Amino acid sequence: MSKRIGMEIALAAAEAVALCKPDVVAAYPITPNTHIPEHLSDIVAEGRIDTDFICVESEHSALSACCGASGAGARAFTATSSQGLLYMAEIVPVVPSMRLPIVMAIGNRAVSGPINIWNDHSDIMSQRDSGWISLFAADGQETIDMMIQAFKIAEHRDVMLPVNVNLDGFQLTHVVEPMMLPDQKEVDRFLPAYKPYAALHPDNIVSMGALGMPDIFNEAAMAKDQALINSKKVILEVWKEWEEQFGRKYEPIGAYRMKGAEVALLTLGSMGDTAEVAVDELRDKGVKAGLLKMKLWRPFPVEELIKAVKGLTSLAVIDRSAPFGGACGPVCAEVKAVLYDQKERPAITNHIIGLGGRDIVVGDFVKIVEQAISAQKKKPKEAYEIYGVRGS
Amino acid sequence: MDAIHRKYLRMDKLPHIWCPGCGNGIIMGSFIRAIDRLGYDQDSVAAVSGIGCSGRITGYMDFNTLHTTHGRALAFATGLKMAKPGLKVFVFMGDGDATAIGGNHLIHACRRNIDMTAIIFNNHIYGMTGGQYSPTTPRDAYATTAPYGTMDPHFDIAKLCVGAGASYVARGTSYHAKMLTDLIVEGAEHKGFSVIEIITHCPVNFGRRNELETPVDMLLWQKDHALRMAKAAKMTDDELKDRFVIGRIHRADIPEYVEEYDRLIEMVRKGDTDRG
Repeated sequence: MSKRIGMEIALAAAEAVALCKPDVVAAYPITPNTHIPEHLSDIVAEGRIDTDFICVESEHSALSACCGASGAGARAFTATSSQGLLYMAEIVPVVPSMRLPIVMAIGNRAVSGPINIWNDHSDIMSQRDSGWISLFAADGQETIDMMIQAFKIAEHRDVMLPVNVNLDGFQLTHVVEPMMLPDQKEVDRFLPAYKPYAALHPDNIVSMGALGMPDIFNEAAMAKDQALINSKKVILEVWKEWEEQFGRKYEPIGAYRMKGAEVALLTLGSMGDTAEVAVDELRDKGVKAGLLKMKLWRPFPVEELIKAVKGLTSLAVIDRSAPFGGACGPVCAEVKAVLYDQKERPAITNHIIGLGGRDIVVGDFVKIVEQAISAQKKKPKEAYEIYGVRGS
Repeated sequence: MDAIHRKYLRMDKLPHIWCPGCGNGIIMGSFIRAIDRLGYDQDSVAAVSGIGCSGRITGYMDFNTLHTTHGRALAFATGLKMAKPGLKVFVFMGDGDATAIGGNHLIHACRRNIDMTAIIFNNHIYGMTGGQYSPTTPRDAYATTAPYGTMDPHFDIAKLCVGAGASYVARGTSYHAKMLTDLIVEGAEHKGFSVIEIITHCPVNFGRRNELETPVDMLLWQKDHALRMAKAAKMTDDELKDRFVIGRIHRADIPEYVEEYDRLIEMVRKGDTDRG
């Protein structure tokens, strides 16, 4: 039976990973994800799981070691943040190309510079198109649940792709929350033992990471793309199974007070919980506000987004990373691309907030919703705003 | 704080972030006194650092400073030295920074023998991220990622650098602060790649896990385990077990990279390409 726990979320993430009994964990310390592998090393040392824990010399080696392990048929896990993910970047796109179902936790943190250890989403957004499935947790419970779901999604024979689970650095990694932690029996029932499709073995020779000449590269790219797009079906199935077994519902885009909403916020990650309070305040004032909390970032939930925004007149898309010279933030770019072809669509505003750990409070979301409503009558001059810049 | 230290510090950036009892302040003090003794103009000095507790040093000292990414300080510094050979370049790294994530750059800087001084804070642990074991954590020592002791053999940084081709290698400690100043002066005056490995103490993330409860215990451990070269030479392997040598370990007079680079260009320009 699941147990109610009060625990730092990074440690709970490690407990959840341990329940999935990874064969290999390779990691390198970087704030703020460090407590995840560190706690896993404790769990391994206590003999609670039979896992090879490798303290490698860099993130580049961490993901490389996971690739080797996964290629040999092992269930492999790693975790990182920010520059660590960027240092892994050489290996990141290789993993889905080799169809290795590695799971990685990302304690999201701003990318340098200036050097900053606090939260935003610029790390994962830099790896947006690398071919991984990307999930965003909004709180501790979702972190635990998604860690376990991630292995099942990744290892499903129709998927065979790596999954990264994003949890906001500090706002989630270092916060103590009450959560339900499944027990081993429950996880064993949910998550079958990993059966690799192909594994490097002297008795059964396979080749991985082979050279792809121009005559095959398009096809390889399309196969990768199709695999990722098709994974959505499995993700939805896995979430359905999760709901049936654990009673907690997961959707690509969660809806909060969207019934009759005319204006909505769209958020990724932990911001959603703060935005909920803002929506409550706005509803109390008679503003027909709602909230869309995106949990599935890759593959992008196209149909779900079209459905979710039906009836809205205004949509404020929140990005937690700056596009630096782009048309708009990465989330908004996707949203606009999807909605462009729709006959009826809301007026869209894009707000870049919470960079490098800048605090976001309820009042900020209230203000943003008010801006989004006014944008319906008068289009703002700029396609996006970096919200809350001092002196501007 | 006396006038010498004030002169070289960015007083508006203090207090520093290092924990009470940390060895980093001692090293910074020794470095400042070395620069003062060398008589270098502050503007002629470039201090480059990586990531970790040691990396913060470039924030506090008033020179040309460059705070880089994890492991890359030497690569940044190599570019800096090639572009501005007139600068006196000092590179500050921790043990994880220099020998794990940046280990590649360390051996190649040694191999090139480029004229700069690498100052490696070896506290045997990843201090800033909370005490994970590093490539210099002694075997069997405890760390957050090694609750039953490490099993990885560790690097001897000084030996590694001698092997990789550095032309000046010395080891000091945060206990022998005066000697450390002497070594930094000697390393700076040496033409070529100089490495000063500093055994320093991290009471928060190494000491308290390894039966060295206080900063004083850690400093006394250094005092008891460090040996001068001359004394070590007379001791047996058995007696040397668990001890480490301090002082200048290696010095060689070999061609320096920037000078060799310029010499080659000069030679080719003159049309004198026959290397005979």
